[in-house]
Amino acid sequence: MDDPTHRWHDMGGDAAGPVPLEGHDFAIWEKRVDALVILGQQRGHFTVDGLRRALEDMGEAAFESMTYYERWVAALNQNLVEAGVYSLEELGAKMEDVKARGDTYGAVQS
Amino acid sequence: MPHDHHDHDHLSPSGHPYRQDNDGALTYWQTMEIAIRELMIEKGELSAAQIQAQIDAMDERSPANGAAVVARAWTDPDFRNRLLANGSDAAREMGFDIGPMHLVAVENTAHIHNLIVCTLCSCYPRNLLGLPPDWYKTREYRSRAVREPRAVLREFGVELPVTTTLRVHDSTADMRYIVLPARPAGTDGLSVDALAKLVTRDSMIGTGLAKAP
Repeated sequence: MDDPTHRWHDMGGDAAGPVPLEGHDFAIWEKRVDALVILGQQRGHFTVDGLRRALEDMGEAAFESMTYYERWVAALNQNLVEAGVYSLEELGAKMEDVKARGDTYGAVQS
Repeated sequence: MPHDHHDHDHLSPSGHPYRQDNDGALTYWQTMEIAIRELMIEKGELSAAQIQAQIDAMDERSPANGAAVVARAWTDPDFRNRLLANGSDAAREMGFDIGPMHLVAVENTAHIHNLIVCTLCSCYPRNLLGLPPDWYKTREYRSRAVREPRAVLREFGVELPVTTTLRVHDSTADMRYIVLPARPAGTDGLSVDALAKLVTRDSMIGTGLAKAP
């Protein structure tokens, strides 16, 4: 950390350019990530602070290169693995299984 | 021509085109979402119906919920007082699920304008307004809302008189703000429902004003 009193996510007061006002409708996969984050907390596997800890520890490079729900799904995964809901091996095997079904999000739903 | 063929290939088994956001190349993170969802269902943590119900509940939340609260506060002084005293309880009184978070309503007046931001992440009164707009989560808004809020407001088309006091509220995961916008002039005879239609999402964030009738 360059400045231990001011981590990268603590952006208030930094200089920045014009606010980009264009938005997008949330894709179904993004809504599912949001739902899984809420439900994972309701199941008691992690707290909102656990989610934020994972997001903040990803660092600034992730903030710049990944979309919002890409960062959320990564943080969700980290928390669920830490909670022992599934192992990294199980996740890897499942992701290979999903990829083998097709090339688009719509095509690989089981 | 090739383009026609391309389009034809993207019909789902039901004969409808896939949503545009579903027919791009499958990404690593989308694959992870599917894998997590399927693992949680296989392990009995969640059911597909539960996940869909959560999405449905989220889809039902929109700025119309917040607008109903604002319009009631404009027309019911006792409710306004309860809202400003305890936003969570007042919103629950109207039947909205606020969850465990503290909701704090801040009131715009002739001389005070309030603006909300989450400089640390993306905390937002989602239970009353739905999911936050993309700009609310950007570095630009998070950084500058507390540094040069009047310049930010101008980008949203809001020019405040220099005599107006501007208060910026930084949200946290546990405490979220909502702006009670000032009631527009010339609305004395309007019903609560008509008033609610004047209340925009941005007016409850503070980046806008309620619409004129």
